[in-house]
Amino acid sequence: MTDQTTQAPHNHVELLSFRVGEQDYAADIMSVREIRGWTRATPLPHSPAFVRGVINIRGTVLPVLDLADRLGLPQPDEGGRNVIIVVEIGDEPVGLLVEAVSDILSVATGELTPPPDIAADQGRTFVRALTIVNDQMIRVLDLPAVLPDVRFEAA
Amino acid sequence: MADNTDAMAEIRASFFTECEELLESLQDGLDAVWNETSDEETINVIFRAVHSVKGGAGAFGLTQLVDFAHRYETALDEVRAGKLVPEGEVLKLFFRAADILSDLLQAAKEDGELDPATFEEVLSGLAALAGGEEEEEEALDFQPLILDIGDETPQLAELPGELPPGLPPLSGPAEGEGDAQGDSGGHIYFAAEKELFLNGNEPLYLFRALADLTELTSRCNMDDLPDLSDLDPAVCHLSWDLTTGADIDAAAVAEVFEFVEGLCTFRHRLPEPELPELPALPELPVLPGAPDTAVGAGADGEPGVAPAPDAGAPPQASDAPAPKLSTDQDAKAPAAPKAGAQKPAPAKPNPTIRVDLERVDRLVNLVGELVINQAMLSQSVTEVDMPPNAAITKGLDEFMQLTRSLQDSVMRIRAQPVKALFQRMGRIVREVATEVNKNVLLKTEGETTEVDKTVIERLADPLTHMIRNAVDHGLESTEARLAAGKPERGTVTLTAGHRSGRVVIEISDDGAGINRPKVRQIAIDKKLIEETAELSDSDIDMLLFMPGFSTASEVSNLSGRGVGMDVVKTAIQALGGRVSITSTPGQGTCFSISLPLTLAVLDGMVVEAAGQALVLPLNVIEETMTVEAAMLGEMGRETQVLRIREGFAPLLDLGTEMGFRTPLESYLDHVALLIAHEDGSRSALVVDRIVDQRQVVIKGLQNTFGQIPGVAAATILGDGQIALILDPLDITMNASGRTRQPSLSLAG
Repeated sequence: MTDQTTQAPHNHVELLSFRVGEQDYAADIMSVREIRGWTRATPLPHSPAFVRGVINIRGTVLPVLDLADRLGLPQPDEGGRNVIIVVEIGDEPVGLLVEAVSDILSVATGELTPPPDIAADQGRTFVRALTIVNDQMIRVLDLPAVLPDVRFEAA
Repeated sequence: MADNTDAMAEIRASFFTECEELLESLQDGLDAVWNETSDEETINVIFRAVHSVKGGAGAFGLTQLVDFAHRYETALDEVRAGKLVPEGEVLKLFFRAADILSDLLQAAKEDGELDPATFEEVLSGLAALAGGEEEEEEALDFQPLILDIGDETPQLAELPGELPPGLPPLSGPAEGEGDAQGDSGGHIYFAAEKELFLNGNEPLYLFRALADLTELTSRCNMDDLPDLSDLDPAVCHLSWDLTTGADIDAAAVAEVFEFVEGLCTFRHRLPEPELPELPALPELPVLPGAPDTAVGAGADGEPGVAPAPDAGAPPQASDAPAPKLSTDQDAKAPAAPKAGAQKPAPAKPNPTIRVDLERVDRLVNLVGELVINQAMLSQSVTEVDMPPNAAITKGLDEFMQLTRSLQDSVMRIRAQPVKALFQRMGRIVREVATEVNKNVLLKTEGETTEVDKTVIERLADPLTHMIRNAVDHGLESTEARLAAGKPERGTVTLTAGHRSGRVVIEISDDGAGINRPKVRQIAIDKKLIEETAELSDSDIDMLLFMPGFSTASEVSNLSGRGVGMDVVKTAIQALGGRVSITSTPGQGTCFSISLPLTLAVLDGMVVEAAGQALVLPLNVIEETMTVEAAMLGEMGRETQVLRIREGFAPLLDLGTEMGFRTPLESYLDHVALLIAHEDGSRSALVVDRIVDQRQVVIKGLQNTFGQIPGVAAATILGDGQIALILDPLDITMNASGRTRQPSLSLAG
């Protein structure tokens, strides 16, 4: 999966950018396993609201998180969000429900700046770095932070 | 060497696998002696097991193991020679030695060694048993001949000096064991090939085994011995002419040599008046030295067997297949103990193969996918609305049956007898019994019962704990037993068996039974129950499983290890199992564990609640019924009960309990599933409808979200959707019980 040789040259990272709640986010492409369309998820009882449930991906049970909900962003209409990005966090695959996948960006590591300290911003903890591409601000997700805390308690 | 590294690693791995089998037969043998069900062959089996371990260990340069096995073997040889009777302390020592042997193997497997201090005592005990004989035995030992399979070159430099002194005694003991029989006996010509030694066999022991059967005279033929400068240390240049007594038949002889078949040149002539001159083979054909050609008596070995056509009865080469057919290099060592073990024609063991567990798991997964796929196919065919008896429906039915039996067969691959697990428990019993100074006999029944490998693995810890408890707490002290008129030796019985699609394992002791007043008092002291609580006997017994219950006043270094019975219960429940206790004061206690046969599939009922398909394990559903007005009874503000014949059960709405909906206005005409609890009580789980009853493939839920209350696992239904497999017992235990909208406030 994570073939080291596909790393972009000259200290660049490749990012998959996508739209969530009308904002641009990105994740390290090395964590992305696949992108697939929305299928109805089986809800998990007693789970946080941002956990949309589980879907079947070729015989594996894949949990799906509603990223907009998780990031505290406004949730557009159901029809607007129809892509699941399957990422690997730790060793476990997790599906992230987003509105649309935009692009694959190659960004120099030097151009990634840590987010400024804004204590009040709830979404801050999920963002690992910020960068500007084509005049657009891209927020690089801190994937492990996206998972519910319970995982770390249970581990 | 570099080329051989992989092959070496494989051979090494198979050596350890074989050692497990050897230890098993060693343990069996010792158990047989302990339970006084042994016969004269038993000690030979024990001896050969230890010997084969030693032989193999020598090949891998595991000196610590070789040394220990050697001492052990020497002591056992005393028993074989009739100089020592295996009983009492001697037998206990043998048991401990077997345990240490197993520890040493484990250590060797992990490339470590045991601290010699841990087995010093046993070692000196064994040495004491062996007495003065030891030195002599040492001199006869063949260790210099055991070759490092993968690395011959350095051996060339080292061995020549050692080989000649090592060899001559070979014929010594054999000669000593039999008187010359003149020409009335049979004649055997035996020349070992290199591979024979590579597999850890030794001619001496073959001859000894033969000498046990008949009078034997042996003559070592050294004609082929080349000059030292030409000597290939990896090849045995010696051959032997053996003269047997007249009282032995070809089959018995062939049986002795069965496991070196193909690894030696072997000719047997039945008793004849004349001993024909047997020409020694000028030069033994040496098979290519790569280790993988050393595999068993299969294709490679066949040419080596030379049953002379004129011999009265040819050795049973063709109709006595090696008991183990292995996919990998399979040294002959494990088979050796069985060689002479059964003098009467042995029941042929079924041929088996060793397969990497990963491959099996992959197969299991694939079949799981197939089952899901088949279900999807059936579903789409049903939707097409085929005429009845259409060829496709028929074909699909057959397909379904085939899938099902395919799945059953595949699941059976993972099933393993509980024997190995039980044998480990034998060791626990001995250890604990020694520590608490009790005389305990472990009886095992139903060892051949097969359970899924994972279940067995995960059962080891809880079972160990329960066995410890049984010996430590279950059985009384020896004095108390005698005072109660019981035999001094306490008995712990471990049984396994199949009961209505589940595996039941019972651990029972013949001790004093559960001291219920004391248990109750402890529970009150620990504030687990109210002082006034009315508890039935079985309620009190179940207190043992409560978290925080530890009979602190009797915590010893054995049982009070911080693992309470609640942990045991949790571990067993995690396997889909249940524990129950029955206890009769003065007669003993019995813990019964009921487990599913496999963790991969489940007979489930697919139900729908609040629009969601959910799966409930069929085995906890006692009854299903449609809710009628006459059955409903309101109780309290938000709860209702269901009247079922003479009893009542709390009514629980599955949709509400799962958080999918708020309680409905009315549950009339919904379906209620009666869930049976271990303690005999029941609850009624209401669902919207029953969809199907089918076998489902269990898919684990990741622990991304921690443990979800009430959810055991997930499965994939025919339409590709995931359905959650519920744990109804968990649901009913943590249920809110809300089945009514409170009249004044809105349900939140």
